[in-house]
Amino acid sequence: MPTFTENLSRLVPDPADIESVKEVILANSVMCGEIPAPTFEEGLRLIFMRDRFREAGLEHISVDEKDNVAAILPGKSGERKILVSANLDTVHFAGADHAMTLGVDSITGRGICENSMGLGVLSALPLILERLGVQLESDLLLLGSSQSIGVGNIGGIRFFLENYPNVIDYGICLRAVQLGRLSYASLGMLRGEIHIEVPEEYDWKRLPDGSSIVILNRLITRIQAIPLPSSPVTTINLGSVFAGNTFGTPASNATLRFEVRSEEEGRTEWIEEQISEIVEELAAENEISVDLNVVARRKRGGIAFSHPLVKTTRDIIGSLGVEQVIAPSTGELCALIDKGIPGVTVGLSQGEHMHEKNETLRISPIFRGVAQLVGLLRAIDGGLCDE
Amino acid sequence: MSKIESWLDTNTFHYSEFWDILALIREKEKKGLTVSLCIPTLNEEKTIGKEIVIFRSELMERYPLVDEIAVIDSGSTDQTREVAASFGADVYLASDILPEEGDKRGKGENLWKAIHQLRGDIICYVDADIKNIHPRFAYGLIAPLIYNDTMQYVKAFYDRPLAFSHGIRPSGGGRVTEILVRPLFSLFFPELTALIQPLSGEYAVRREVLEKIPFPIGYGVETSHILDVYNEYGLDAFGQTDLDQRVHRNQTTLALGKMSFGILQTFLRRMKVFGMFDKLPQLETVYRQFQVQENEYQQVTFDIVEEERRPMIEVPAYRKKFHGE
Repeated sequence: MPTFTENLSRLVPDPADIESVKEVILANSVMCGEIPAPTFEEGLRLIFMRDRFREAGLEHISVDEKDNVAAILPGKSGERKILVSANLDTVHFAGADHAMTLGVDSITGRGICENSMGLGVLSALPLILERLGVQLESDLLLLGSSQSIGVGNIGGIRFFLENYPNVIDYGICLRAVQLGRLSYASLGMLRGEIHIEVPEEYDWKRLPDGSSIVILNRLITRIQAIPLPSSPVTTINLGSVFAGNTFGTPASNATLRFEVRSEEEGRTEWIEEQISEIVEELAAENEISVDLNVVARRKRGGIAFSHPLVKTTRDIIGSLGVEQVIAPSTGELCALIDKGIPGVTVGLSQGEHMHEKNETLRISPIFRGVAQLVGLLRAIDGGLCDE
Repeated sequence: MSKIESWLDTNTFHYSEFWDILALIREKEKKGLTVSLCIPTLNEEKTIGKEIVIFRSELMERYPLVDEIAVIDSGSTDQTREVAASFGADVYLASDILPEEGDKRGKGENLWKAIHQLRGDIICYVDADIKNIHPRFAYGLIAPLIYNDTMQYVKAFYDRPLAFSHGIRPSGGGRVTEILVRPLFSLFFPELTALIQPLSGEYAVRREVLEKIPFPIGYGVETSHILDVYNEYGLDAFGQTDLDQRVHRNQTTLALGKMSFGILQTFLRRMKVFGMFDKLPQLETVYRQFQVQENEYQQVTFDIVEEERRPMIEVPAYRKKFHGE
């Protein structure tokens, strides 16, 4: 009887065999990535994906009211349904230059790491399986999901899972970076914006108090004073600030964006209460408007480290000679977790300068990333990940 | 309907007319044609990789319209050849092709040597500096030749703006086209003004035409082609396809001045070959530009008569006033 390792080596294709689809994967990633798709404006990009699904001969191709695009690659028996998803949206504004540049072993351009390469692999997956001669028993449900990033609050995949009529047995979320990444659980997470507005009739002689930047400074100082446990790990990240317009005029508006993450049940809710109190106190003390707006929230959860899906994914990553990095997710996986669907997020390649205009992805690791995906699909399909 | 209007009506296309690539491939196979795609390069490492990947994926792997993709390089000192080869293009140094013919530096040299190196019945030339490369840059030019046996030479033009309110808008080529080439064509070859962007670097041509025409190696190659093909086959041999927007490097006015000087040399040389140099035809006074209304291209003509006054010294009243005659 073959060992688990022998089984795996049969399931995971040789990355060199995937190189025959190199041009299609890269072209899909580049052509898709050059279509601007800021969150809530994914329309043109989903048309590209829909057309690729159509040309691949997939079934039940659909675009829903949230601008998700989905299609089914039917398996031989359809006994299991496996969802493979990649997010359509990017952090880059529509007017930015989205042109990509290809070097000998690199692609550079806005959004290639988040998450055009994920979409490129998703749209090439039917061809990849065909070239490898892989025919699954399970139905593959391919999803380009909208509204994933920031204030989108993974609205696309949440809507899809809420309204998809059939049972989904497993989910795999594709991220362009980093190869070796494995997420199977989500942190408790909360993203918020605090907006400070000094009314126009404010007494400007009270400078510097009359500047919203001064109030913002006090706000930040007090948030930083919130006690955080080092274990379970809890963090407050101050992500960005916008305030004021010029040199000589006191800033009338200021905005702080922040994110709270915690491995501890209920900790993010406790921190939210602390921040709410600070906000109310600052507003009352200074007779100005200070508002807290929570734009995204995730519950802590996920499958256990000992779940066969996690073990198999780890073994597959290891079999490809890739160092695994286990990290909790705050992305689409959280929507799967909320619905009780066993799922993982995996990375496909290596990249750097995430969210910058020179986002750069290495090409050569992609073939191992795709081999990992195919191996995982075959393992799930063969029942190796069932509890 | 004038000859130009009739030609605009039948020989001007939009790439979207050829969206059915499978039908195009069937027609190509039925006619037993082969297609080569040639990209001339000199230090284009930033854009060449993407062009090769997209053309190979879309027009070879997914839809086998193109039989070979070749980069003919003038001796780049950057990574152009390495990048192109890494994505599967056939890469040639122009100096290695037909070495007995010598080595000249210029884009026209690469285009000329490609005829010897490549095997296609149709050769489609695409410049390497296109930032928004898309398969339409090739199939939009190849398709009219596959579908129309009498067409010999299909030029690209880039027109449709991303947003334009309803009504009439001007259309035309780049600065050198509008300031130099269109006025020259209007004067000496009025029918050729129907080509909206005669200098565009993207065109598809049948081998039997390419092998019979000379190739200036520098800036004048496109102008020379057009004049020679027109002289031999007439306007009906041409087609032109709107490929929408093309994003590329913008050239300085000084660079365009050099280009214009090269084109003017070529133009005058062709006039000499055609026997027009010593016996200039009646100079036309009608200048032709273009506009678009409801996606239909219309020529706009202006009668521009450059009348001339004699030197003032020849005017009796002047001589009387200033010279006391």
